[in-house]
Amino acid sequence: MTEQRNITIRVPVLARVEGEGALELETRGQDITTLRLRIFEPPRLFEKILEERDYSEVPEIVARICGICPVAYQMSAVHAFERLFGVDPGSWVRDMRRVLYCGEWVQSHALHIHLLAAPDLLGYDNAIAMARDHAEVVRRGLQLQALGNDLIRLFGARSVHPVGVRVGGFYHAPSRSDVAELYVRLLAAVPDAEALVRWAAALDLPAGEQRFVSVSLRHPAEYPMNAGRLTSSAGLDVAVEEFELHFAEQQVEHSTALYCLLKGRPYLVGPLARINLNLERLPAAVRVVLDESGILWPSRNPFHAIVARAAEIYYAVLEASRILKDYSVPAAPYTAVEPKAGVAIASTEAPRGMLWHRYDVNEDGRVVRARIVPPTSQNQARIEADLRHSLEAFGLDHSDDELRRRCEMVIRSYDPCISCATHFLDLRIERY
Amino acid sequence: MTPVAAGYKPQVAVHKFASCDGCQLAFLNLGEDLLLLSSLVEFVHFAEAGPVNPEAPVDIAFVEGSISTAKDVERIQLVRARSRFLVTIGACATAGGLQALRNLADGQAWIADIYAIPAYVESLMSSTAVAQHVKVDLELWGCPVSSRQLVAAVRALLFGVAPVEERDKVCMECKRSQIVCVMVAHGLPCMGPVTRTGCGALCPSFGRDCYACYGPAENPNTQALTRRLEGLGIAPAAIGRRFLSINNGAAPFTEAGLRLMHDHD
Repeated sequence: MTEQRNITIRVPVLARVEGEGALELETRGQDITTLRLRIFEPPRLFEKILEERDYSEVPEIVARICGICPVAYQMSAVHAFERLFGVDPGSWVRDMRRVLYCGEWVQSHALHIHLLAAPDLLGYDNAIAMARDHAEVVRRGLQLQALGNDLIRLFGARSVHPVGVRVGGFYHAPSRSDVAELYVRLLAAVPDAEALVRWAAALDLPAGEQRFVSVSLRHPAEYPMNAGRLTSSAGLDVAVEEFELHFAEQQVEHSTALYCLLKGRPYLVGPLARINLNLERLPAAVRVVLDESGILWPSRNPFHAIVARAAEIYYAVLEASRILKDYSVPAAPYTAVEPKAGVAIASTEAPRGMLWHRYDVNEDGRVVRARIVPPTSQNQARIEADLRHSLEAFGLDHSDDELRRRCEMVIRSYDPCISCATHFLDLRIERY
Repeated sequence: MTPVAAGYKPQVAVHKFASCDGCQLAFLNLGEDLLLLSSLVEFVHFAEAGPVNPEAPVDIAFVEGSISTAKDVERIQLVRARSRFLVTIGACATAGGLQALRNLADGQAWIADIYAIPAYVESLMSSTAVAQHVKVDLELWGCPVSSRQLVAAVRALLFGVAPVEERDKVCMECKRSQIVCVMVAHGLPCMGPVTRTGCGALCPSFGRDCYACYGPAENPNTQALTRRLEGLGIAPAAIGRRFLSINNGAAPFTEAGLRLMHDHD
């Protein structure tokens, strides 16, 4: 392949990515000269919107950062304030928050797998076209997505920007009959969720291992959601309060988000990172399916994220049904809180990965300063590193169309949620 | 408007501006009904779901998000020019969204506070509703809009009739649903008396106060509600913040909020 070729591939709008981004790639012969994942999400300046707001208003405001993972934003916020205020809302609240989070993982992962990622892997432009040939797969996916949404609705009245979460607990405890109805559906979904993992593992995913650092929370006993320490596959193990000592957001001129780096290097957050770091926290049923998947875990192939996502759906269905099995209505669904001044910090595991919040709060419980580090800005640098590696492995002598498809596949496999990035740069975008 | 001719599939586009993507989810969360809907209409542009063809002429364009960049000021004109019927979905497109709060502040200072090198950020100092830029045929309020609202709008347009606009207050919905009034019974600072219905009175049904995510109802008496909330012991600035929240860009809420903030500075 000695032919010299200058290619410029511009994908002005990436289909099936939540939010808007674009990719620019320039090559000269076998070298990549420019590779830029551009994001053109206009900044909405949430950190400023939060200033002067009462702590009790924060869960409604931060939900609006992302319509696909509002629960994650609410969870990181309420845990931050409760840690500062010294409130323990008790085991009922703790358990039900886990169920709520399971709902969000199921709906978000099912949406991504079936509506956003699978059409790529099976050679369709979109899920509607794919449904004509794979009706059962799409139907199973949409049913799981609906189940996740209904779990959120149980505690939040609606699945997008749910209204049930407050600092200290919930506004409302679902009735036993409502829970019983969902419990039956959860049990019925177990075989579907298991089958989904096997289906995902059997997909014809591109091979190829890469070197990368996985980062996720780790909890002494549980698969991580709302609590745990910040850990990495390179040996990091610190309290979430120490995040800023190890991770730094960096402004990059060419475009996109503030890149978040761990000791100056890219890293991965999200389902694959969580599975890689928490295999032994998964119940035996999920472990068995993963062991039989033909994939060696922990995995170094980023394309295995779709299998990790399916495994987390399976886990979340099992976990929600485990918790809801013996449901009872509590005396009160929340604990009253007294605000105090200080720094409120928490991190939870959003569907797309670790989501870190910090609020500086005054004695009235009003936010003085806020800082939010969403998963997509943490994955930005890793996605670009992956694109370079994947394209070199794929070979630049492919046609423009083939290269574009491969780039889109790589980006989509990270399930980037571009709206999530609270602060994005460079709106100097040409629409070609 | 005329009903859709037999055999013709209306062309539909879903455009995104500054937003959280939550209103588009009202389509993607339809479940199996999404497949049914796509047998009735043709989605020619819906980037999050797959089809990308932003310039195609369409019968119905759904617009999510507010206008907050110079490029988007131009883009919304193109959307208008290529759409027969333009529908805004959600608080961002309809009232500028939470992010419209920068219109009431020093937007430049806000950007400088977040970004080390503000010059890289090409954003307008304002976030505005679509209707401030182009003619809008139908506004669907809500943060987020519900699937029910979207499907009802599509159905009405397929029949060739004007979609029914819900303008009642949330209070009416509570009465119809026999939900106990959270303000009267529990003294909660409910925004229901000035807020447009359409959500299903979700917050009162959960025993909590409405926070006005569906925007102003018809003839909202913000002054009377303000007096009532003051009577509950809520500080004026806190009442002001309740108006200056998700639909801060909707005129009755902007006025009520600013009045409270300024009167008590």
